[in-house]
Amino acid sequence: MKQKKPLAENGMLIAILSSVLSIIVGLVFGAILLLILNPAKAGIGISAMLTTGISSLDQFGKVLYQSAPLMLCGLSVGFAFKTGLFNIGASGQYTMGAFFALVGAIQFQLPWFLCLLMACIGGAIWGIFPGLFKALFNVNEVITSIMFNWICMFLVNLLFANMPTMLASAWGASNSDRSAALAKANPGAIIPKAGLDKMFGNSSWINISFFIAILVAILVWFILNKTIFGYELKACGLNKDASIYAGINANRNIVLSMIIAGALSGLGGGLYYLAGTIQYVMEKSILSMGFNGIPVALLANSNPIGTIFSSLFISYIQVGGSAMQPNFSSESIDIIIAVIIYLAAFSLLIRGILTKILSGNKKKEVKA
Amino acid sequence: MNILANIISLTIVFAVPLMLVALGGMYSEHSGVINLALEGIMVIGALCACFTLQGFDRSGFGPAHPQLAMLCAILVAGLSGMVFSLLLAFAAINLKADQTIGGTALNTFAPAFAVVVTWAVQGQGLTTIQIPNWIRITQATFGMEAGNGFLDSLIFKYFYLTTPIAVLLFFVAWILMYRTRFGLRLRACGEHPQAADSVGINVYKMRYAGVLISGFLGGIGGLAYTIAVGSGFNSSVGGYGFLALAVMIFGNWKPVQIMGASIFFALFKVIAAYNSSIPFLPKLEGLKDKSSLYQMLPYVVTMIVLIFTSKHSQAPKAEGIPYDKGTR
Repeated sequence: MKQKKPLAENGMLIAILSSVLSIIVGLVFGAILLLILNPAKAGIGISAMLTTGISSLDQFGKVLYQSAPLMLCGLSVGFAFKTGLFNIGASGQYTMGAFFALVGAIQFQLPWFLCLLMACIGGAIWGIFPGLFKALFNVNEVITSIMFNWICMFLVNLLFANMPTMLASAWGASNSDRSAALAKANPGAIIPKAGLDKMFGNSSWINISFFIAILVAILVWFILNKTIFGYELKACGLNKDASIYAGINANRNIVLSMIIAGALSGLGGGLYYLAGTIQYVMEKSILSMGFNGIPVALLANSNPIGTIFSSLFISYIQVGGSAMQPNFSSESIDIIIAVIIYLAAFSLLIRGILTKILSGNKKKEVKA
Repeated sequence: MNILANIISLTIVFAVPLMLVALGGMYSEHSGVINLALEGIMVIGALCACFTLQGFDRSGFGPAHPQLAMLCAILVAGLSGMVFSLLLAFAAINLKADQTIGGTALNTFAPAFAVVVTWAVQGQGLTTIQIPNWIRITQATFGMEAGNGFLDSLIFKYFYLTTPIAVLLFFVAWILMYRTRFGLRLRACGEHPQAADSVGINVYKMRYAGVLISGFLGGIGGLAYTIAVGSGFNSSVGGYGFLALAVMIFGNWKPVQIMGASIFFALFKVIAAYNSSIPFLPKLEGLKDKSSLYQMLPYVVTMIVLIFTSKHSQAPKAEGIPYDKGTR
């Protein structure tokens, strides 16, 4: 007979509980802040934040659409976490992926699935650098990633400015500060909607990207849990010295892990910009999507399947956040996200406390 | 000739925030805590200081005593940055949290908080806090006649109280780090906290000191950045906190080299903005958006330098590792 594990030793349950706890604390903190800032409108703001995502099929379609790139950035950060690396460079990899996808779509007129492949390649190339710097020169990947986020932003701006066919101005529009609209430049590069738009009340957002992201999440879960390669990666993350002693090539794994993490973020960029609704605007600041992959991964405890749900949550409150305007700025959501990340920083402590509470309850039961 | 004066004075005004914040990062890292939150600390410092300046402007105190008001604003910036950095110190030192994730949380929090607060205070959509123009030190401050010569542009075009204070803080940093007991103890906590603890140094206290000083300098740096940009505070410091981290690494965690590195980075920033009017630069015919190229270069150079210096890196050995008394 299979014995049931005691509640307190069930790591999965503790992890989920601590994530739910940090979400609740984050939401309560956000609600209190709104109450302080504008007591009269706080009720409207909070309800907008919590209900907009399911208020209409169109909004729900937007939740799904935004959750796909979030999920991939979360998978990217989580994958690197498993190898003991903090991939704060998801943003740069995401941007590079978006750039490659758009080059494939507009410059080379490729179909959408090849553009997505291009996005993976672009992200992977940008992921190599932090990996190589860490493996060859022992430079902290956090520093390299941050530097390469900025290099990427300026480089992509520079390249866009010098590739006249990529810009909207080459395709009949007047603005030269953004990429061409795909509907004009190459409709074949837009990710198909497969009839989903009709199911979602003619939502302009929804396409199959959400399902592509879920497939990738399952694939990542498979690599991490069912292959030797994944086992080696996790071993490196848990104890680098022990894994080297056991004959694992740690440096090779660090580079490979960053390449895969980069490819995941890059694919996220491709999924977002190939939807046909958004054009890449030349920015002066780093895109926040990659950074939002960090809370997604932390909430999911780097578990690929958990990432599906945490990305849906983050996407949901973000859609809610944009509906809070004009009473409150949509950045209120980032404050909640910040609280969640802050709590995740000492998640081990929270988990320890939760384990204590749960096992304490069990002891009482025994006495009774 | 005037363009040269402009470039020099602009470089200095942009080097000031970089140097202050990088020095802040240096204190924190020498104590053993990686302060990734510098960007967020700058935002909070700038936010509080800009509101203070605005208050002084409205009450009439500012125009009457501009430099005294400015000094108050600088102190507000430093203290608010210090209070904000407590969050990092608490998580990293007491709760033994992952320092990079804690820093990321603070960096997410600060700009969002700044937008939400300015939005709530100034009304919807008005997210820029204007800086009053009396804060600049002019010839009139010293009772001199305004002129248009080389020296006038060099000294007075972009002269703010933050510049002399930054110079002062630089010398303080240099003396504190290498000429005092405090500096030695601080560095010991970042190199080998167990050894430091065994000779009676309170590692937790020293790390708190390191993080709080970095918060103070980071806050002032935020104000200095906002002044340098000159178009008001937009709830962002344009990645200068991260750039300052690069400056700190480029400067090998040492005050003098950090000052040199910040001037180098600031020079590129100025070249990026003024590349079309600087005569001795390569023309790069046919290349559009050259400013992106120049803005990218400091980061690329940092990475190349890191390749060569990483073998002899002076990075504090115990940085990023929470100190646990049990490991002694």
